[in-house]
Amino acid sequence: MLTIDDLDVWFGYPPDRVDAVRNAAFSVAKGESFGLVGESGSGKSTILRAVAGLIDSWSGRIEVDGHPVHARRRDRAFYKTVQMVFQDPYASLHPRHSVDAVLSEALSLQGMDDIDRRIAKLLEDVGLGRGFRFRYPHQLSGGQRQRVAIARALAAEPRLLLLDEPTSALDVSVQAEILNLLTDLRAEHGLTYVMVSHDLAVVGHICDRLAVMQHGRIVEVMSVEALRKGAGEQEYTRHLIAASG
Amino acid sequence: MTQSLLQVRNLRVTFPSRQGEFHAVRGVSFDLGRERLGVVGESGSGKSMTGRAILGLIRPPGRVTADRLELDGESILNLPERRMRKLRGSRISMVMQDPKFSLNPVMTVGNQIMEAYRLHAGGGRDAARKKALEMLNAVQIRDPERVMGAYPHEVSGGMGQRIMIAMMLAPDPQILIADEPTSALDVSVRGEVLNIMDGLVRDRGMGLIFISHDLNLVSKFCDRVLIMYAGRIVETLAASELHNARHPYTRGLLGSLPRLDAPVKRLPVLQREDSWRDGGVGTTTSESA
Repeated sequence: MLTIDDLDVWFGYPPDRVDAVRNAAFSVAKGESFGLVGESGSGKSTILRAVAGLIDSWSGRIEVDGHPVHARRRDRAFYKTVQMVFQDPYASLHPRHSVDAVLSEALSLQGMDDIDRRIAKLLEDVGLGRGFRFRYPHQLSGGQRQRVAIARALAAEPRLLLLDEPTSALDVSVQAEILNLLTDLRAEHGLTYVMVSHDLAVVGHICDRLAVMQHGRIVEVMSVEALRKGAGEQEYTRHLIAASG
Repeated sequence: MTQSLLQVRNLRVTFPSRQGEFHAVRGVSFDLGRERLGVVGESGSGKSMTGRAILGLIRPPGRVTADRLELDGESILNLPERRMRKLRGSRISMVMQDPKFSLNPVMTVGNQIMEAYRLHAGGGRDAARKKALEMLNAVQIRDPERVMGAYPHEVSGGMGQRIMIAMMLAPDPQILIADEPTSALDVSVRGEVLNIMDGLVRDRGMGLIFISHDLNLVSKFCDRVLIMYAGRIVETLAASELHNARHPYTRGLLGSLPRLDAPVKRLPVLQREDSWRDGGVGTTTSESA
């Protein structure tokens, strides 16, 4: 579903150029859930943003569903395949757009018909009742907002969902609800996930495989079983697992 | 039982709102000795408000009332701002969540620590400088001379938080209130910062109030834990006994955490009950499925 090879991402120009990601390579199969973990500044979110088309200063190869993507231009088909959910639901929803406006905009951008019915279906999919349709973000709790953000991403009926720390701004009890929702949605819609998180337990819960990053490089790609056993091949991985235990 | 440094009885914090009064803290009572006391709860549970109320940081129209709020036998409830300022920093200090927002961005680290120290302890610049260097050493900053001259944006998050701790502990307070001191830090730095704080608090025989949403962290790091829900303490436990918690809320919180060593398909979800808003342990200990 997603193949990344020889990916470099940088910011700024020499002599101030910062190489945020260096020589990253991994691939994610259809229906798989893949985690990117590491400390802040390790480049995990940067990879996700480069894939989503939010950063254009990269080189290497990014292939989505067998098609290489262009650094600057993405076509409509790309955004129909790939959608992203951001970390902070307080910042990622327009404060003056109602849930209805947010979702109908996303749907009409994707050229969908029958918007009214689709909105009702999306809200139901993410576990929000009809009563939420005409509310504004400030009338929603953090967990409800993240559900709206997920519904917005699902509006395009994507097959690859990029999740950037989708639960780290939420309380643990709400985190459990959102993680369950993500598990259900993946099963129902056959989605592929790439999830960035600093929380190894969350990645262990949602993902099948993961890449450990440090200083912009992928240190190790491992299975979740290996993660559970604490069996990292690299010193850094074992250190990270021990520190979060 | 060690002698209590801080006595809190029936502490309440209320804010007027369009829907009537909002009660952020509803009758919290506890004693703090020379110990590490964890205060755990989710957002909106009133844990931070409790800390801020103790320090007199609730601004009008917010209102703080209590039957008793005593520091070393002396009431500190609603003191005039001038007297509160004398206490704040020198006798009770607070470390906030994010060093990026709590350090002054246009002042060097050294000047900030020296200012904090001189404000409370007096003394000349040389003495303050010596103290600042000593404190930076105490929080295990390797190159204190360089860090003294650095601005906050030139140091990392973990270092920033250690600088905050150095600054807060320089005047030798009796009580340190740490509000999510490590939430903004990476896991590998977190342990280091906690150990430093722990060492300093222990060596000086201080009382520590450690406010956090992270149950596991608190159970490892504190002696005693208060669990707050909707502005009340629902359960008080020895930290080592956390995993034998009786209140369904505490157990629900523990259960909803994903764990690496115990994989599950779906996480149990907390079903909130209205009765939790009113009761402490004992009123709602019926076994939940």
